[in-house]
Amino acid sequence: MPDRVLRYGLSALALAILGLIVFFFVRLVGQAQPAFSKFGVVGFVFTNNWNVNAEQFGALPLVVGTLITSGLALLMGVPVAVAAALYLSELCPRVARGALTILLELLAAVPSVVYGLWGIFFLAPKLQPAEQWVADRLSFVPFIGGGVVTIPNYFIAGLILAIMILPIVSAISREVMATVPADHKEASLALGATRWEMIRMAVLPYCRSGIVGGAMLGLGRAIGETIAVTIVIGNAPQLGKHLFGQGYTLAAVIANEFGEATGLHRSALFAAGLVLFVLTLIVNALARLFVIRAGRRTGGPTANVEPEPGAQPLAPPPAAAATATGGGSGGGGGR
Amino acid sequence: MSEDRLARLALSGRRKFKDRAVRGAMLGATVVALVPLVLILYYLVHKGLSAWSASFFTTDPTGQSFFANKGVGGIRSALLGTIVMVALASAIAVPVGIGVALWLVEYGKDSWLAKVVRFFVDVLTGVPSILFGLFIYIVLIVGTGTSFAGYKGSLALALLMLPIVTRSAEVVLLLVPDALRESALALGAPRWRMVARVVLPTARAGLVTGSLLAVARAAGETAPLLFTAAFTYKTSFNLGGFMNSLPVQIFNDVTSPTEALVNRAWGAALALVVLVLLLNLSARLISRTGRVA
Repeated sequence: MPDRVLRYGLSALALAILGLIVFFFVRLVGQAQPAFSKFGVVGFVFTNNWNVNAEQFGALPLVVGTLITSGLALLMGVPVAVAAALYLSELCPRVARGALTILLELLAAVPSVVYGLWGIFFLAPKLQPAEQWVADRLSFVPFIGGGVVTIPNYFIAGLILAIMILPIVSAISREVMATVPADHKEASLALGATRWEMIRMAVLPYCRSGIVGGAMLGLGRAIGETIAVTIVIGNAPQLGKHLFGQGYTLAAVIANEFGEATGLHRSALFAAGLVLFVLTLIVNALARLFVIRAGRRTGGPTANVEPEPGAQPLAPPPAAAATATGGGSGGGGGR
Repeated sequence: MSEDRLARLALSGRRKFKDRAVRGAMLGATVVALVPLVLILYYLVHKGLSAWSASFFTTDPTGQSFFANKGVGGIRSALLGTIVMVALASAIAVPVGIGVALWLVEYGKDSWLAKVVRFFVDVLTGVPSILFGLFIYIVLIVGTGTSFAGYKGSLALALLMLPIVTRSAEVVLLLVPDALRESALALGAPRWRMVARVVLPTARAGLVTGSLLAVARAAGETAPLLFTAAFTYKTSFNLGGFMNSLPVQIFNDVTSPTEALVNRAWGAALALVVLVLLLNLSARLISRTGRVA
């Protein structure tokens, strides 16, 4: 009897999670309906006009703002995160590795509102002269140069997001790098490769899809990040004219305007939430796909079998052959 | 002489240089990644400590903002509100999250339903936190026609914690050796007893670690609370009414900045970070005591 209670109780819990998400989706669509029926789904997403007073709601400035800031975050965050992961997993002396890893993970523990506070009162004012210098020097480059640098702007938002996604991208990269078979690395070193050549030829190709998956997960985080961005982006509902100007994102518009919104405005904010939901869903599904693909490869038989039979042209001694087959069957027959 | 040439061939200056340069760049990237952490912590302590005083923790924030530091009050209601709401959220999310993980590991295994549940838990992990706030708002505020309340904030936080608890619990439960399960069953224990007496105790340290990390995450979240628990100045233990919380108070102080309010925000932020880091640290310490790593 208690067995059945446990079994059906737990199953009910698991099913409740499915129900919850479907329920949420349906209710969100219901709330967003007035905005969608007035402007049309395509019209809502692709019209460049977010005017609360005129009751006109086209979310293009928000969508573009979200894409610009999260794109910047990837551009600045992923290379640093992957390089740091490579350093920690391949080059770092063993003594320092644990401490450095914990420090890097602590970045993920800092609450988003604290990033916002620090970003707007420390980072943005400190970087403003440098940003203005770049904008003046590159005034001939569209979007980057020219214009007056405001303290809250796209670039600062992207930079804060880059810092925020660093820990997750580097953690997943490190996880994948740990699965690279030692044989591959040792083989390339034995052939005379330098450490960098070993990384380039043995480690990186093996982890490519895992790293891409980690970056996509970071992208999902960056798209959905709300509070820090709301504080540092300036909340101006227009298509950004340049990199160092104020903008808006989908998540920020909800946090900023929902409190005093009514009627169609509120419905438009729910619609913005729905767009955000779908966007993060797609990005996360793609990310899982990449990570799963990376996982499947490491689960393959070549990763477990220690002495590669194909690599030995001569018949292996019987003892080695016995351990090889023993190890293989043990790994394959998971109970 | 020929040996000399061989050595030069083996590692030409260019390859050596490239290797050194890239290794240096990677070390550089690691340092660059850690710079923000140092800057944030330094600035936080620097600014936050000057806002701290005994009365900072024992007085509620006030609505005054244009006078000197002493007029704006402290963070009592925010600190207590965060603790109460996060406690309720944990009381919901931890048992449910571990329950789902138990189902996945003990019953669902590789069935198609388990795959679907796993996928949806992953989906939940990726949902932006502000959408959990919107969800609770639609269901419990629009749906019931009532106003903001502390327990609604807790529910939003619980939704956020649920996938984190489940994912980490599943990993730990999978590490419990099947031999232990089989020996319990072989001794005649029914399934529920096997789960309660063998599986859960073996995985305990890991389960606690995962749950604490989820608690730390929830304690720092602002977005799910904005439209569910709202904001108030007064200390309140009534989960049916408006409740203050540290992140929401900081957010309000940042977005309506006067010198005194910003100072209060720095003080509150330091308190929040100390709280979150303590939770993180204890999670790490507890994970070391685990029987399965």
